[in-house]
Amino acid sequence: MGENGQLVELTRIQKYFGRVCALENVSLDVGYNEIVGLVGDNGAGKSTLIKVLSGVFPPDAGEIRWRGNPVVFKSPADAIRAGIETIFQETAVVDSMTVMRNIFMGRELVRQVGPFRWLDIRTMARESMAALELVDLRLRSPNAVVGELSGGQRQGVAIARAMHFKTRLLILDEPTNNLSVKESKRILDFIVELKKQGISSLFITHNLNHVYPVADRMFVLSHGNEVGVFRKDQTSIEALTELITLK
Amino acid sequence: MANETKAARQPVISLLAFRELSSLVMLAVVVAVFFFIAGDFLSRDNLTVILETAPELGIVAAGVTVLMICGEFDLSVGSVFALAPIFTASVMNWGVPAGIAFVAVLVFCGLIGALNGFVTLRFGIPSFITTLGAMMVWRGIVLLVTGGWPPEYPPAADPLKMIIVGKMGLVYASLIWYGGLTLLLWILLERSKFGNWIFATGGNLNAARVMGINTGRVKLFGFIITSLLAGFAGVVQGFRLGALVPSAGTGIELDTIAASVIGGTVLSGGIGTVFGTVIGTFLIRVIDNGLIMARAPGYWFRVFIGLLTIVAVIINISIAKRMRRLK
Repeated sequence: MGENGQLVELTRIQKYFGRVCALENVSLDVGYNEIVGLVGDNGAGKSTLIKVLSGVFPPDAGEIRWRGNPVVFKSPADAIRAGIETIFQETAVVDSMTVMRNIFMGRELVRQVGPFRWLDIRTMARESMAALELVDLRLRSPNAVVGELSGGQRQGVAIARAMHFKTRLLILDEPTNNLSVKESKRILDFIVELKKQGISSLFITHNLNHVYPVADRMFVLSHGNEVGVFRKDQTSIEALTELITLK
Repeated sequence: MANETKAARQPVISLLAFRELSSLVMLAVVVAVFFFIAGDFLSRDNLTVILETAPELGIVAAGVTVLMICGEFDLSVGSVFALAPIFTASVMNWGVPAGIAFVAVLVFCGLIGALNGFVTLRFGIPSFITTLGAMMVWRGIVLLVTGGWPPEYPPAADPLKMIIVGKMGLVYASLIWYGGLTLLLWILLERSKFGNWIFATGGNLNAARVMGINTGRVKLFGFIITSLLAGFAGVVQGFRLGALVPSAGTGIELDTIAASVIGGTVLSGGIGTVFGTVIGTFLIRVIDNGLIMARAPGYWFRVFIGLLTIVAVIINISIAKRMRRLK
């Protein structure tokens, strides 16, 4: 691909909430076409770390380099513009809105005549259906209300959105939580498919059985501290479990 | 076979997907009942009365609907409704041209909305509380300013009065304003980027935020447009009645919420239509008028509106459940 170095590098990130240290000198990197698993127990700092990376919180110290250049994400919009999209557990989609309006949320297509601009609904509908096909999600209409879809289909809509907008790094926060075995497998297949299409993923979970089969590397956090980074061939689910539960 | 069944269900699903269905059916039933009870109900004179009074409630309710879709409330609309015409008349009496006075007061109403939004968003107070306080503050200021003796419109207000409530052929200008504002708000909600952000903000605040939508700005806009429209509607009523009353708009905050909910707007935000609110508004005005035509005691008005609000929500939930089963 002609791209050297890492896609994203976080170096010595610190984040405090009052006197509580949520992240202490944590460093993490994700390469091009790579799936990295970010694992740890509840309270390990996984969510805080991805919120720093996705522009929700500013870090108190440390540096973020995106495609080799130092960056400061002041808001999620900055991160999205750079090519980092995050699918948070409870906030991936708006249940009361249609699939089409969710896919284009914040990035709506408009037509313009003079000073007047209005939604280009026809194009958005067509492109929504094309985006859903990318994740093999077959819905009858782009006007289906997201709240009426299954949990897996909802995640699929969010992933289709990331693929449609050519995201370079997709951060998935517990994407298989509350999903059936079949739907979880579907999400894992999506993530593998993303890699084939040149999209890297940072997969946050506490379910090692889900992340281990698809990840290239595993990053372990505990109580806001880095425990280690392991290539899959260097570790096992048992060894990782031991590390997570050790402290 | 399964495909044939699905195809046969499609017209039913399309009909149920029409969000204003329940309120439209209720409106038809109420009109039919009043026509049966009072023969004159559908007379031209009586319809003119309904069409003349509906815009005042409807314009406020349209703004309230936008704010409710954002996930917020404004209980101060009744006080702003009373304040705007009184302030307009006062400013005109200082010798300020009518048009300038009118625009200045609308800007002032918008600033009241901005203040409601700022306090709610900056301090994280529920808008119910912020605007409950604002409702009392502005009602008190109206009473303080007027001292029980509200000003009168000077003769120089007549051209403005013509533009706002004058008879334009078969209808009153207020109805045209109402239609125009409703259409503009429909375009804003359904056909603009900002409209999508309004639905996203009310539907799932955090999802909208992480997608880069400035949800604070969206809500602030909702507060501003609601106060501005409440002020405009107050001026409409002031001109229609030709008299300014400090107690005007008392109770309108709940009537507008009822009109929105009857029309399919959801209290928790993210769902609603301005056309549904138009139907809700006419339903309220029709009941108000129909009870008078039927010579029923006026106390029945609140009973009917209360019951209709509850029934409308029950029907909307039932329709949503039925649609899910059919799909």
